[in-house]
Amino acid sequence: MRRTAGLAAASAVALLAAGCGGGGPAGSGDSKLTDDRVVLGVLNDQSGVYADVSGKNSVKAVEMAIADFKAKYGDKAVTKNISVESADHQNKPDIANTKAAELYDRKGVDAILDVPTSSAALKVADVAKAKKKLYFNITGATTALTGASCNRYTFHYAYDSYMLAHGTGTQATQQGAKNWYIVYPDYAFGQDMEKKFSAAVEGAGGKIVGKDATPFPNDNFSTFLLKAPTLNPKPDTLGTMQAGGDLVNLVKQYNEFKLRDKGVGLAVGLMFLTDIHSLTPAALAGTTYTDAWYWNFDQQNRQWADRFLSETGTRPTFAHAANYSAAMQYLEAVQAAGTDDADTVVKGLEGKEINDVFLRNGKIRAEDHRVVHDAYLAQVKPQAEVKEDWDYVKILKTIPAAEAFAQPSGDCKM
Amino acid sequence: MTGFLQHTFDGLVNGAFYALLALGLAVIFGMLRVVNFAHGAFYMLGAMGAYVLLTEFGVPFWWALVIMPVLLGALGMALERAFVHRLAQLDPLYNFLLTFGLTLILQDLVKSRYGVQSIPYATPGELGGSVDLGLFDFPTYRVFVLVFAVAICVGVWWLLTHSRVGMVVRAATERPELTRAFGINVGRWVTPVFGFGIALAGLAGVLAAPMRAVNPLMGADLIIVVFAVVVIGGLGSIFGSVAAGFGIGLVQAWGVVYLADWPILSQTLVFIVMAAVLMWRPAGLFGREEAPA
Repeated sequence: MRRTAGLAAASAVALLAAGCGGGGPAGSGDSKLTDDRVVLGVLNDQSGVYADVSGKNSVKAVEMAIADFKAKYGDKAVTKNISVESADHQNKPDIANTKAAELYDRKGVDAILDVPTSSAALKVADVAKAKKKLYFNITGATTALTGASCNRYTFHYAYDSYMLAHGTGTQATQQGAKNWYIVYPDYAFGQDMEKKFSAAVEGAGGKIVGKDATPFPNDNFSTFLLKAPTLNPKPDTLGTMQAGGDLVNLVKQYNEFKLRDKGVGLAVGLMFLTDIHSLTPAALAGTTYTDAWYWNFDQQNRQWADRFLSETGTRPTFAHAANYSAAMQYLEAVQAAGTDDADTVVKGLEGKEINDVFLRNGKIRAEDHRVVHDAYLAQVKPQAEVKEDWDYVKILKTIPAAEAFAQPSGDCKM
Repeated sequence: MTGFLQHTFDGLVNGAFYALLALGLAVIFGMLRVVNFAHGAFYMLGAMGAYVLLTEFGVPFWWALVIMPVLLGALGMALERAFVHRLAQLDPLYNFLLTFGLTLILQDLVKSRYGVQSIPYATPGELGGSVDLGLFDFPTYRVFVLVFAVAICVGVWWLLTHSRVGMVVRAATERPELTRAFGINVGRWVTPVFGFGIALAGLAGVLAAPMRAVNPLMGADLIIVVFAVVVIGGLGSIFGSVAAGFGIGLVQAWGVVYLADWPILSQTLVFIVMAAVLMWRPAGLFGREEAPA
């Protein structure tokens, strides 16, 4: 009896130690890695609306990062045993919660990547905090990740609603769009975008002549499009915060009602390369939006995009490049620290300045873990200027890293 | 005033889709007592099919408008024979679950082949541009959709009131047992009517392709409103479904404009109307209260 009890107590201790994560190296020999390996976890939408934007190809991008890391360090690498796990959260916060815990606890994941859909993204931040494991959010838009919900183990990597709204709202207003009519889907993302967008437009001297919340999801925007030219004063730009299928609906109908010919231009809050592909550049020619990264921006991006094309058969969105970059930077940090101990790796990352295929003039802010970098004001090319598949936009302006993102908010208490 | 007319016209165009879909649902429910949850999926297949026909076989919009309803009607008849028919004697819930399952399968099949992103489908060249309707311009394609949908609804009404088939269907819809008692083989018409309802959904899908986002989930969101439309019109009432379809289109268009300051209200208007109608007339506006369940 006493032996069994003792054994139970011992295994409980072992379990607790393992659960604590930072409890010290548990691997064999002199390795400083838990289980003598590094595991990356991609948690995202693999079957729903964001499956093409990020999805399974982000897992591919992370595999590319692992291969590049191994090739770079060869025998000097902290370990050769690096793998990637993935899970589908179906854009549901409760599933994201369970899957994140499963990835950290059962699959031995050291860092979770990606996680689109803000509500799911925030849940995973809580899990990361509780488990004391790293989390690089790529595709979530909410600024709460680096605001009220920030924590020591969470990094917000690619973009956020401030970057999108500020980029397009401010830049387009400065370039001549003075009167705005804004339509936004009536849920958390849309409402948040509308507030930030309106603030950016007004901050740059523009005027909001009207704004309307639309049902979500919605397949008929014609009422709003009919209303646009009748507003007084007449708007010169329609700012849409719609995303995904709703955006496609809106743009199709915007063209049907010939609003561009009626002097109402189009600016989009959040658009991915895949959206332009599905609408065709002809339907969007002249539309401006803010992009976190563009595959054909320069030679470095293009080379990486060519590799991605040969791996996946398609061109990368910014989400794919950002997943690659975050995976690479995490592995570099583990390499530099010589351990996968979360607290040590976090220390190494904080304040680090980075230039890689995704991050230009990148810096990981220690205050709130926002990863700032250059963003881009993009405009969809007219069909006649599209010379190759997927090369749909020209970059009008690089928005410097210091301007692209909001200053650290006072809400974040690490 | 011009604005009001514009929004009214727009509401009718949107209502045309509800009317076509609700008409199919009503015919099917009337004849088979089946609430066809897969209706939205067939609408989606109509639009996806138009896309496939165009890109893989170079078949233009006009042919798709004929081919897709025929193909989907045939598929509908096959499904009726293979599955729906077998559950007909059981509680209606079984067929509801069956068609719900079918929806998921069809959506995922399309998803696995074409992904979730919307796919492009251009407006046919002849219908690009806009027409002058006197007080205002309106996109030609939308005018076409409205005229075409009204023509189909009138055609179906004519078929039901002036042809022998129509009389059998109407009789079987309203008093199935009595119709059988007259020696009419009602069963013979069940499969074609199911196929016909599905064909209408496919037709609506083809019509939607040039003006809406074409993706595997396009029917899933729409079908909820269409069910509300059918309930408002009266389950199984052919005229009711068409009238409620156009009516709800109008209510939505006006609601969005005149209730713009209360977005929550304008978005739930359809369901508020539904609740109100059900309180006032539990069988729907044109439904018959004593209709057998």
